[in-house]
Amino acid sequence: MVAVQVIVGGLLLGAIYALFSSGLTLIWGMMNFINFAHGEFVMLGMYVALLVVVYIGGGPAIFGIAAAVALAVLGIAIYFSLIRHVIRGPMLAQILSTFGLALLLRYTAFWIFSANFVSLPANALSGTVSLAGVYLPVAQLVAGIVAIVLTIGLHLLLTRTAVGSKLLAVAEDRTAAMLMGIRPDRMQALAWGLSAGAAGIAGALMAIAYPWSPSVGETFVLIAFVVVALGGFGSVLGSLYAGLITGLIQAVSAFWLGAIYKDIVVYGLFVALLWLRPQGLMGKA
Amino acid sequence: MSDLVVEHLEVRYGDLVGVADISLKVRAGQVVALLGSNGAGKTTTLNAIAGVVRPRGKVEWRGEQIAGQPAYAIVSKGLALSPEGWRLFVAQTVEQNLRLGATALADRARAAALFERVYALFPRLAERRRQLAGTLSGGERQMLALGRALMSEPQLLMLDEPSLGLAPAVVEALYDTLAELHRQGLTLLLAEQSILLALGIADYAYVLQTGRIALEGPAADLQKNEQVREIYLGIATRAAAP
Repeated sequence: MVAVQVIVGGLLLGAIYALFSSGLTLIWGMMNFINFAHGEFVMLGMYVALLVVVYIGGGPAIFGIAAAVALAVLGIAIYFSLIRHVIRGPMLAQILSTFGLALLLRYTAFWIFSANFVSLPANALSGTVSLAGVYLPVAQLVAGIVAIVLTIGLHLLLTRTAVGSKLLAVAEDRTAAMLMGIRPDRMQALAWGLSAGAAGIAGALMAIAYPWSPSVGETFVLIAFVVVALGGFGSVLGSLYAGLITGLIQAVSAFWLGAIYKDIVVYGLFVALLWLRPQGLMGKA
Repeated sequence: MSDLVVEHLEVRYGDLVGVADISLKVRAGQVVALLGSNGAGKTTTLNAIAGVVRPRGKVEWRGEQIAGQPAYAIVSKGLALSPEGWRLFVAQTVEQNLRLGATALADRARAAALFERVYALFPRLAERRRQLAGTLSGGERQMLALGRALMSEPQLLMLDEPSLGLAPAVVEALYDTLAELHRQGLTLLLAEQSILLALGIADYAYVLQTGRIALEGPAADLQKNEQVREIYLGIATRAAAP
């Protein structure tokens, strides 16, 4: 029973990984722009949730939406103020600009919130449920399920709606998209808004179940890179599977090998996979 | 009164001259051909008119100077370009590609009628509407590229090397379709390497050489022109001989 509990717990954490990684896949995999600040977006989402709970009050629905909206607005602002100016420039400009942004956001958070770990005050989602003998914290269960639903929602938005089609058209061939009458700037801005918004709400969901400090962004961005690559660059569904698998591997290796080994196992398997199957799990050869 | 007037068009890519000096006119209802070998400047000329590259000189559409405007603004004025190599969105379905083509439509309600028109013109596309564009054959891709351009209900349709890489039978079908569209009143500006094909459908033609107009005239005259026969048709007939 403990094994099942570990596995389910890993999958539920993996679902949140999937959600913020699908945001990165939109920018990195589809729009072909590496964003080193993506982990910081998740971290900021966690603090937005905290601020809303402390100063405004309200349940997960309220602080979750607040985190999504706040980060989406931030993502769009970052696109217009920073990304737009380096997007057609050399790769090094992209890397340095988002790496610098990551440092700026991280240390601003240190400055404002201090380096102490914090967690959300106990709320309606405290307590555990028992499903067929497996005990799960309600918070984890809700966060994981909502994350899966939102990831699938993002997938459907991109593949089933007119605006998703335009966004993917810009990602695939910017010039051809312009010839259709699409304004690429708007679609890029939307992609950044969706990407940061997904990271923000993933952060809020994470905050329901886990404590954090301003340095968590570093961990999350590495996980997101692993998940995006595993999922085959540019596939939201690929990120969903890869996120669940990554969470599962972490949980299982932490349980049987010890917590300090969980990252070694994840990144070790990642390197092995890139070696054997560089196109990712879901990628086409 | 010409719909499209291009005067002293010049495009530079850094130090590289794409086109040096191109002037041309297209009247409503005409088929105008841009002829010339690879590198003569046909693609650059079309790209400059469509707003893909920024030109110097005058590009006037129905009296309005449009040179330097972005491509998404120009297509909504009724000038559509189907670019060289088709540039389909291969990761999306046939229907999604067509819907993307309708982005520039001012009247969104027109899209349904245009879908019907394109599917009537190319029943094959209707059969494959749920298929990814990347899975289509060369001929079907050409149909989709043309259909996608028609979805913006253009007043001037520019086609860049539409016959490139297609089997002869497919090319023939394509030119039948273009002739039919012309009969329905569509204005066409066509860049073609295949002179015989282009002069067969065009009313007027410009022959480009290293970024300049080397020769121009009614298509019927150019067909008889010794210079054209020697430079282009001569090569074409020799190449076609077994």
